[in-house]
Amino acid sequence: MFSVNNLHAYYGQSHILRGVEFSVGPGEIVSLLGRNGVGRSTTCKAIMGLVKHKGSIKFKGEEVGRDKPHIIARKGIGYVPEDRSIFPTLTVQQNLELGMKSVKKPGKWTLDDVYRQFPRLQERCNVCGGHLSGGEQQMLTICRSLMGDPDFIMIDEPTEGLAPQMVETMGELIARIAKSGISVLLVEQKLTIALAISHRMYVMGHGQIVFEGTPGEFEKNQTVRKEWLEV
Amino acid sequence: MSEFIIFSLLNTLIYGLLLFMLSSGLTLIFGLMNVLNFAHASFYMLGAYFAYQVSLKVGFIPALFLAPLGVAVVGMLVERYGLRRVHAHGHVAELLFTFGLFFLLDELVVLIWGRNPVDYQIPAFLDFPLFTLFNSDFSAYRGFMLVVSIAMFISMYLVINRTRIGLIIQASLTHAEMVNVLGHNVPSVFMYVFGAGAGLAGLAGVIGGNYLVTEPGMAQALGPIVFVVIVVGGMGSLTGAFVSSLLLAGLQTFAVGMEFSLADLFMKFGVNVQSDGIIGDILRIQIANTRAMLPFLFMIIMLIFRPKGLLGVREE
Ligand SMILES: Nc1ncnc2c1ncn2[C@@H]1O[C@H](COP(=O)(O)OP(=O)(O)OP(=O)(O)O)[C@@H](O)[C@H]1O
Ligand SMILES: [Mg+2]
Repeated sequence: MFSVNNLHAYYGQSHILRGVEFSVGPGEIVSLLGRNGVGRSTTCKAIMGLVKHKGSIKFKGEEVGRDKPHIIARKGIGYVPEDRSIFPTLTVQQNLELGMKSVKKPGKWTLDDVYRQFPRLQERCNVCGGHLSGGEQQMLTICRSLMGDPDFIMIDEPTEGLAPQMVETMGELIARIAKSGISVLLVEQKLTIALAISHRMYVMGHGQIVFEGTPGEFEKNQTVRKEWLEV
Repeated sequence: MSEFIIFSLLNTLIYGLLLFMLSSGLTLIFGLMNVLNFAHASFYMLGAYFAYQVSLKVGFIPALFLAPLGVAVVGMLVERYGLRRVHAHGHVAELLFTFGLFFLLDELVVLIWGRNPVDYQIPAFLDFPLFTLFNSDFSAYRGFMLVVSIAMFISMYLVINRTRIGLIIQASLTHAEMVNVLGHNVPSVFMYVFGAGAGLAGLAGVIGGNYLVTEPGMAQALGPIVFVVIVVGGMGSLTGAFVSSLLLAGLQTFAVGMEFSLADLFMKFGVNVQSDGIIGDILRIQIANTRAMLPFLFMIIMLIFRPKGLLGVREE
């Protein structure tokens, strides 16, 4: 479905990713964990074509590493950045409409679906994105990407700064997205929802993958946890 | 007195909308691409020269449409094959690029049309007084400028607020990268906005070039004031550019009629300025004589006390 091989990425002179390799299968939730600054967000950005990179990025059997960001998106990769990037001056509804790649052929998710699943967004549909709470913004940014009908979605730190109850809701939402057939790369720093909902996990350290396994295998491996996650 | 006010208001509106036609593109381009286009007023000049050339062949009305279109194409080429490449090398390079472009276009115009003004005339069918008020004529051409500007303003409003491309532009003003990863071709949106901005400046040249004068210095004459407009309005804000266009136009238009000094004004309130030194000299300057300086003074004060401008969003 999706795989990355020997991925290197650079910000100017600094070499951030040093041969990252991982894969995500159909309908699978795969989490990418690691401490601050190890390069998880850079991995997502490199995949979207937003930072200079080398190596192979394969999606549905096709190499997409050379494509421009909007082409990558149109091929079916969704990306929810860690800063959420809500359009603050536009309404909730306009934010969602911009998620659609074209008004002529809407995807599996329509405005009605989103509103049915998230009544809160419907209530606030005419409110400016900038006026939403953190949790609402996170819902909105994920739904906005879903409106673009992705087959694979990368969600960067969706639980950051959310209240515990909201974190749980987020976990349920992501599980539901995967059930609907969309593969998910969940980027997290904390283990909270990752352990509960992931099928497989990768741990990153200094621009490389240092662990790969199921949540069960991860829990048995105390060294990875000590060395690469806990602060 | 009411004659002065009515005519000044009309002139403010005409001059203000002309300024908006120029500054709207500049401020949008800045908001989207972070490029301060020094050569923006050159598109205004090109518009006037294109219109002159085209109207010689096929008349003024076709020129009104063809010249801005031609300028828009030039603008798109500049963005696609110039700015987009230079962009990779940072903002200073971009600034220098547009700086160079400004002088290049100036010299190009001199090379083709010469150093003297060209004979770009108001079309005969618009060259009559529309109405006479208090013994002063309001020419049909000024009425025409007003109509074109208002039509432009309404179309622009509709495009930005009622169309999908307008929505994409608005979102890109704050988060261009996000719009891009949602699958919209942001680089090509940039190109079209740059072209449209250039085309609008060109349109201002078409309707302003014959009203004022079409000569190589015209970009230099109007360029600085357009910058003042977008700084005062708030860089990247269309509404801000609109408000500040009208404000600065009003400031300049009304200042013309103010044939009195600050000292005279103080006198009205019973304060007699006695000072003989430099302060006294400054206070005795006629306000009308400060017309050219007022906008820049306004900009500098704005930058000191409210750097983000009237309606700007950026803090940096
Ligand atoms: N725009 C940038 N320019 C230069 N260096 C950057 C830039 N963005 C990130 N970096 C550097 O790249 C490294 C990886 O950053 P990245 O954002 O991928 O980390 P992360 O794993 O997502 O962690 P976190 O989100 O907790 O900061 C960091 O050392 C960071 O300082
Ligand atoms: Mg990150």
